Amino acid sequence: MNERYELNKNLAQMLKGGVIMDVTTPEQAAIAERAGACAVMALERIPADIRAAGGVSRMSDPLMIRGIQETVTIPVMAKCRIGHFAEAQILEAIEIDYIDESEVLSPADDKYHIDKSKFAVPFVCGAKDLGEALRRINEGASMIRTKGEPGTGDIVQAVRHMRMMQSGIRRLTSMREDELYDAAKELQIPYDLALYVRENGKLPVVNFAAGGIATPADAALMMQLGAEGVFVGSGIFKSGNPEKRASAIVKAVTNYNDSKLVAKLSEDLGEAMVGINEGEITLLMAERGK
Amino acid sequence: MRIGVLALQGAFAEHIKKLDELDVESFEIRQLGDIKKPFDGLILPGGESTVMGKLLRDLELLEPLKALICDGMPVFGTCAGLLLLAKDFSGEGTPVFSSMDIKARRNAYGRQLGSFCANADFLGVGNIQMTFIRAPYIESAGADVTVLSETGGHIVAATQGKQLVTAFHPELNEGHGIHKYFLEELR
Repeated sequence: MNERYELNKNLAQMLKGGVIMDVTTPEQAAIAERAGACAVMALERIPADIRAAGGVSRMSDPLMIRGIQETVTIPVMAKCRIGHFAEAQILEAIEIDYIDESEVLSPADDKYHIDKSKFAVPFVCGAKDLGEALRRINEGASMIRTKGEPGTGDIVQAVRHMRMMQSGIRRLTSMREDELYDAAKELQIPYDLALYVRENGKLPVVNFAAGGIATPADAALMMQLGAEGVFVGSGIFKSGNPEKRASAIVKAVTNYNDSKLVAKLSEDLGEAMVGINEGEITLLMAERGK
Repeated sequence: MRIGVLALQGAFAEHIKKLDELDVESFEIRQLGDIKKPFDGLILPGGESTVMGKLLRDLELLEPLKALICDGMPVFGTCAGLLLLAKDFSGEGTPVFSSMDIKARRNAYGRQLGSFCANADFLGVGNIQMTFIRAPYIESAGADVTVLSETGGHIVAATQGKQLVTAFHPELNEGHGIHKYFLEELR
C-alpha cells in the first residue's frame, strides 16, 4: 500500500469514537464543533430535505464548503455523486479533508464507482454488507460507513447493514483458508481482502454507522453493534434543540456501554426529528451503487 | 504498573495495543469512575483536541486529571494529546490542562493533503519513522523544556519533567521506541 493511502486510513483512525455531523451553514458548523463533533459534513441540504425536495441532487457549491472550512478547525468532509470523479476532483482542489462518495446524492454513474486510488484525498463510502464494503475498499476507500437510510430518522436499515457486515466478517473468520477463494468470488472481491478479514476479524479500514441516527440511544445501539463512530445527518438540525441533542449524542458515543449515563443524556432533549418509516418511503437511497 | 489511556475519542486503541505488546497493564478512561483506582501514568491519544477538551469538561475529568499531572504523574500526549497539555497557542486553540510550557500551532501543516511521513532523529531513541496527521508542531518552548526531535525546522517532540509530547503518532508506526522511552520515565 502506498504512503498516501496509509495516511488517509490513519485520519479515519483519529475520528474513531466520534460523531460526524451534517451541516449546511457556517453557523451550524460552529454549533456542531462546539457540541463536540469530530468532523463536519458540509452539504447544501440535509438528506431529509433532499428527500422532500426530490429532483437531482448534486455536489454542494464550493464557495459554501469553503465558508465552512474557514469556520471550524476540525476536518471538513463533503459529498460527491457516485461515479462523478469530476466532482471529486473539484473537492480535492479545494483541499477537502474527506470525500463521501454518497448515495444521498443522485448517482452520476449506474455501473462504476470512482477509482478512488487515483486521488490524494481520502474517501468514505457507504455499504450495506461486507461485499460492498470490501469492493469500495478495493477501489481505494479509506473509510466505510453503513448506508442506513438517510433522511428518515429510522434506524432499522443502519442496524440491518451493520449486522450484515458483522455477520459477513464472522462468516469469513470461521472459514478454512481454502474456502476463501470461493468466498472472494461470491463477494466479488480480491482474495487478499478476504484473507485480511479472516485473519483480523475486521475491515482493513474504520467502519462508522450512518443513516437514520436520531437519538443518543440510536448512537449507543450502533456502537454496541460494532460501529467505531457515527454520522448524524438530519437527526440534529431537524430536531428541536440541535446543540443539546448533538452534545448528548457525542457523550453517548463515548460512553455507549453506560446505560445510566445514556438515560440521563436522553432526558429533556426536545423534539426529535419527525422521521419517516421504512415502509413509507418510495426512494431507497441505499439501493444506489452496489 | 498501570497506565490509564484517555478513551473519550480518537486513536486510543492503538496505544493500548502498543502497551499490550510491551506487557504493560492499561485501562480506558471514559468517565470519572474509571480513575478511582490508583494508576501510574497517563496517555493522551490522537484525535480531535476540541472534542476531547469538551468531553473532559462535561464528564468532569478535567480537574482531577489536571491535579494528577500537576502532582507529577507521568503523561504522554500524541498529536491532540500535545495540544491538551500546551500552555499557549499561536493562532486558534484553547488551553486544556495547560501544564507544559510550550506554544503549539494547531493544524500546522494544513488540511489532510498536508499530512505526511518523515524520518527524523529522536533524542535517546535514534532515527525513527514519524506519521503526521493534520498535525500540530511546537512553535516555541520554555527554558525547562527539552527538545527531543525536530523535523522540517519545527519542534515535533519535547519533554518537561514527567511530561512527554509528540506531534506525530508513534502508536501508528512499527516499533515501540517512543512508548519504551515514556515507560522509562515511570521507573
